[in-house]
Amino acid sequence: MQTTTLIWLIPLPPILAFFLIVLFTNRNNRLSHRIAVGAAVISWLLSMVVFFTAIGKEHFGEQVFEDFIQWLPLGKHSSLEIGVLVDPLTAVTLFFVGWTVLMIFIYSIGYHNFGQPKGDDDHHGLPPHGATVEKDGKKQIVPSIEPMYARFFAFIGLFAFGMFTLVVSNNLLTLFVGWEIMGLCSYLLIGFWYGKESARDAAKKAFMTTRIGDVFMLLGISYLFKATNTLNFRDILHNEAVLDALAQADSGFLGLSAAGLIGLLLILGTVGKSAQFPLHVWLPDAMEGPTPVSAMIHAATMVSAGVYMVIRMFPLLEVGEISLSVMAFIGAFTALFAATIALAQKDVKRVLAYSTISQLGFMIAALGVGAYVAAVFHLFTHAFFKALLFLGSGSVIHGMEHGVYHTGNHEVDPQDMFNMGGLRKKMPTTFWTFLIGGFALSGFPLITAGFWSKDEILADALAHNPAVFWTLALAALLTAFYTMRQITLTFLGEPRTEEAKHAHESTRSMTAPLVVLAVFAIGAGWIGIPEHFPALGGIIPNWLHDFVGGTLLHNPETLEEFDMIPLLVSIGVALGGLLLGWLVYRNVSAGSEDPLRKPLGPIYSLFENKYNIDEIYNVLFVRPAMWVSETFTYLFLDRKIIDGVLHFVARISFEIGAFFRNSIDKPIINGFGDLVGFSTNKFGHWFRRIQTGRVQQYMLVALLLAFASLFYYMVALQP
Amino acid sequence: MQDFPILTIIVLLPLLSGVVLFFLPGDRKQLIYRWALATGLIEFLLSIVVYIGYDIDGDRYQFIDKFDWLPDLGISYYVAVDGISAPLILLTGIVIFTGVIISQRIDDRPREFFAFLFILATGVFGVFASLDMFALFFFYEIAVFPMYLLISIWGWKETREYAAMKLTLYLFIGSVIALVGGLALYFEAGLGTFDMLQLESFKFSPEFQKLWFPFVFIGFAVLGGIWPFHNWSPDGHVAAPTAVSMFHAGVLMKLGAFAALRVGIMLLPEGAQFHLPWIILLTLVNVVYGAYIAMVQKDFKYVIGFSSVSHMGLVFMGFATLTEDGFIGAGVQMVSHGVMTALFFAVVGLIYDQAHTRQIDELGGMAKKMPFVAGAFIIGGLVSMGMPGFSGFIAEFPIFMGVWQSHPWIAIAAVISIVITAAYVIRIVGSVFFGEMPEKFEGHVHDISRSEKLALGVLCLVLVGIGIFPSVIVPMVESGVQHVMTLLGGV
Repeated sequence: MQTTTLIWLIPLPPILAFFLIVLFTNRNNRLSHRIAVGAAVISWLLSMVVFFTAIGKEHFGEQVFEDFIQWLPLGKHSSLEIGVLVDPLTAVTLFFVGWTVLMIFIYSIGYHNFGQPKGDDDHHGLPPHGATVEKDGKKQIVPSIEPMYARFFAFIGLFAFGMFTLVVSNNLLTLFVGWEIMGLCSYLLIGFWYGKESARDAAKKAFMTTRIGDVFMLLGISYLFKATNTLNFRDILHNEAVLDALAQADSGFLGLSAAGLIGLLLILGTVGKSAQFPLHVWLPDAMEGPTPVSAMIHAATMVSAGVYMVIRMFPLLEVGEISLSVMAFIGAFTALFAATIALAQKDVKRVLAYSTISQLGFMIAALGVGAYVAAVFHLFTHAFFKALLFLGSGSVIHGMEHGVYHTGNHEVDPQDMFNMGGLRKKMPTTFWTFLIGGFALSGFPLITAGFWSKDEILADALAHNPAVFWTLALAALLTAFYTMRQITLTFLGEPRTEEAKHAHESTRSMTAPLVVLAVFAIGAGWIGIPEHFPALGGIIPNWLHDFVGGTLLHNPETLEEFDMIPLLVSIGVALGGLLLGWLVYRNVSAGSEDPLRKPLGPIYSLFENKYNIDEIYNVLFVRPAMWVSETFTYLFLDRKIIDGVLHFVARISFEIGAFFRNSIDKPIINGFGDLVGFSTNKFGHWFRRIQTGRVQQYMLVALLLAFASLFYYMVALQP
Repeated sequence: MQDFPILTIIVLLPLLSGVVLFFLPGDRKQLIYRWALATGLIEFLLSIVVYIGYDIDGDRYQFIDKFDWLPDLGISYYVAVDGISAPLILLTGIVIFTGVIISQRIDDRPREFFAFLFILATGVFGVFASLDMFALFFFYEIAVFPMYLLISIWGWKETREYAAMKLTLYLFIGSVIALVGGLALYFEAGLGTFDMLQLESFKFSPEFQKLWFPFVFIGFAVLGGIWPFHNWSPDGHVAAPTAVSMFHAGVLMKLGAFAALRVGIMLLPEGAQFHLPWIILLTLVNVVYGAYIAMVQKDFKYVIGFSSVSHMGLVFMGFATLTEDGFIGAGVQMVSHGVMTALFFAVVGLIYDQAHTRQIDELGGMAKKMPFVAGAFIIGGLVSMGMPGFSGFIAEFPIFMGVWQSHPWIAIAAVISIVITAAYVIRIVGSVFFGEMPEKFEGHVHDISRSEKLALGVLCLVLVGIGIFPSVIVPMVESGVQHVMTLLGGV
């Protein structure tokens, strides 16, 4: 079979699964998850085949796999197409998407308590509350199966379709299609437990916020299509003439070049999708969804898609100069900003949410300083370790819920890290894999994947823009610190609650994916060890750089000189942060405050309240928008002014009518009419006198009249 | 095939059927419904035949039928379709068919109801097909007149008198203004004919065009709901019975846009080039303003009514860009919006019939009882928020591309409406279809009948079909737009 055929097939199994489950098997849980996981396996397999075919080819960057069909003819000269493309960037992305999606599908089986009894009082749209079973004559509460189990698998199938479509598409329009499908799925899945108001609000917020970015991206796409008559990646990005023309053309807009304006519009799309400041507000709230969703959408795939898009469009952004500076600024700022918020979060998933925002900031900043390969590298490693961490946190929450069922105390929040502690003994697999993921996130030197990719970003940042470098270095320090805070609070020390004491390791279908992802969280870094790295450099060739660099028209240069400063800084912040985190949090006892609260004082509250950005947006945007719509536009402009004018005209017309009637019609015309009537009457009375009833008198009158007329004719009409 | 007077049959059959209806016994409701359904189905099938039979590479006007009517005045009955009107004929066929099905539950004098509905349909088909300006005005009035009766007799009791009056006044005043413009064209040309093809090739002087374009364009655009003459439309939609709302928002508003294009832009291209750059500001207000107002409505049907104002604004905005993309988008948007709004009003009607309320706060959890309706509404919602894979995207993408070329700032301001549209669609989906279902609906709200599902299914199919296979419509619209562009002297 042709490789391009295989590529066409990659996105299809999950969408098929979606339709099969929705239409036919939604009452059968086992069959539904088999269909969904089976679809994920096929897509994964196809992705792997394509990936290994791709890396086996020499100079793959020049001879990519591409195929397309016409889709939407527009005008005489242009049309939009649906097509697939696998170039080095796609191949690498397919690799991590294939793996993480599959792992998350498998994990979801256990997470949604497959095989457990139906809940005593579970409803659609609410998380399962547990079921009572009799065991050895004793009543016991055990986890119950998710009431909308099959529907969940349908939705994540649709989601996977969106992601695969986005990754394999050969043009910006199909990419946008996948992008929007994921936006929709994200709405469906964050609001999966729609019975909870918080989940409904979070879903709305996510959809609306990303949509703001999307519409600007759509404008960027329109402009690009108009300027080049195509949206095909290779035609635009692999064509110096087109790129030059775009860089030269004046957009007529704030003095930007066409490339610059298109770049900015596209970046806005990414800012929404990848939750960068100022559109980051939706991602933490998105944690209302089930944990596999958080792992999938809000770590491994959807938010990665935003970064993927700007990586894809990098050559265009590069010639539009301003775009890169904007990205460097937004990325670096977001990386630090989100890391500070993560310091003060209590919810185990929220810490990870902010850390995701922060890490995506690293990637955007990397692109901003021109470090193309480093951005891809971090995208790659981050997908693995962040999926691992999210799934690990899901496992922890599950373990804690076990404890909650045991004690029956539903007051205890199973997601609050201050209720945990000492889980390493209860949940060893979760602990060790989480530790690996956490260390990778912190950039623990040499052995973890996160170290290599983050180090490369820092090295490139220092070479191009020291300010970005120091911002990112500080963010990396905080990252290591809050990660260790999380690990320490969750797993180390002694249990701080009864529930934590009775936590329980999760089932095999949940822990197995953790182990697989942990392998990648370590090994994924080895593909990109810089050549000049002391001792290790050159043992394994820097495969990633050569391969991914081939995506671009000109292979990006590696840094000539190996600089020890970023390396030392990178090792220093990772180890320092981890050590500090452990020192500060190792002795937190039950019921005590966060040890940072006192020393940081009001700053801590600021972090904890996420800089009050939600409240600020509410005051600045949401309420004014409602006011404008309701009070000003609808009630004032539409109903008062426009309708008012109409009603005024109507009233005036009535008044005029009344005036005509009362002032003209009645006295004058009517008066005249009355006069006529009255006179006729009078005349009649008067005339009655001659109506005597005598025939001879009539004869006489007739005769007189006849003569009179004769006389008239004879006299008056004589010529 | 070309000799068979299919267009004439499409135009006159509803009138005939309506007249026959008056002779049927008024109490045989089943018979009346079947008769109406059969008429609707035949119209639907015939319109499909026209749509499929239209040859994109063939002559500009096809299925021509021409008879002298009042030869002394140069008035003839002259019908034909081009690439822009053929899809609109199909749209009307779809809406009349589904509208009849949705009206199955009409209990009050169904005979008269269907008869008026069909007279209305004749007017609509006539406008879309007419190439004679007089005939176009004639059919236009035929289309507007029965609305008054349909709304004031069968409408929502609270506001029907007011709304019917408001609507009729607006539309008649609009059409009088347009008529004055039309007569000015007739006399200025001095050709002694109302044949629009001949008028098209007559070169009106630029001064004349600049003077009279606003009369014709705005006069017709009132029926398309252009700001600030839109206010009749939400009130009218809400007060009208379901099928009439479907017809009204789905098809009738397109009459305004279509006639504004056919008589305004195509006969007075220089006037269009002179005036549309400021008219685009009105359309921008339409788009954003309608969306904002829709967001805060408490009545489900008003939300759809104002959303209609917003989406029709996009049609006019597409025209006002004077670009090929803009016209293509506007042409597709007329169909897409027509089907989508018909679907929305059908959904509102189906819910209101059972729940007896349209207040968004009072509804909830309808998806559980009417999953099919919920699914249909969600599809319509995705269309209206311009989601790729649905017809709304196919229409709005070229429009925005056109606006971007001619007025980038307006494009940026107009995309806000997409976000707001998403907000109100999500709000309805969330609070009407999901969330808690109030106790009182238990046992009162049931799933819809199979034929109603068929109606919704047909509408959804069109929306998704265009979205996934845009080539079923875009090349046809484009073939019509080519000619408009030639008249405008561009491309």
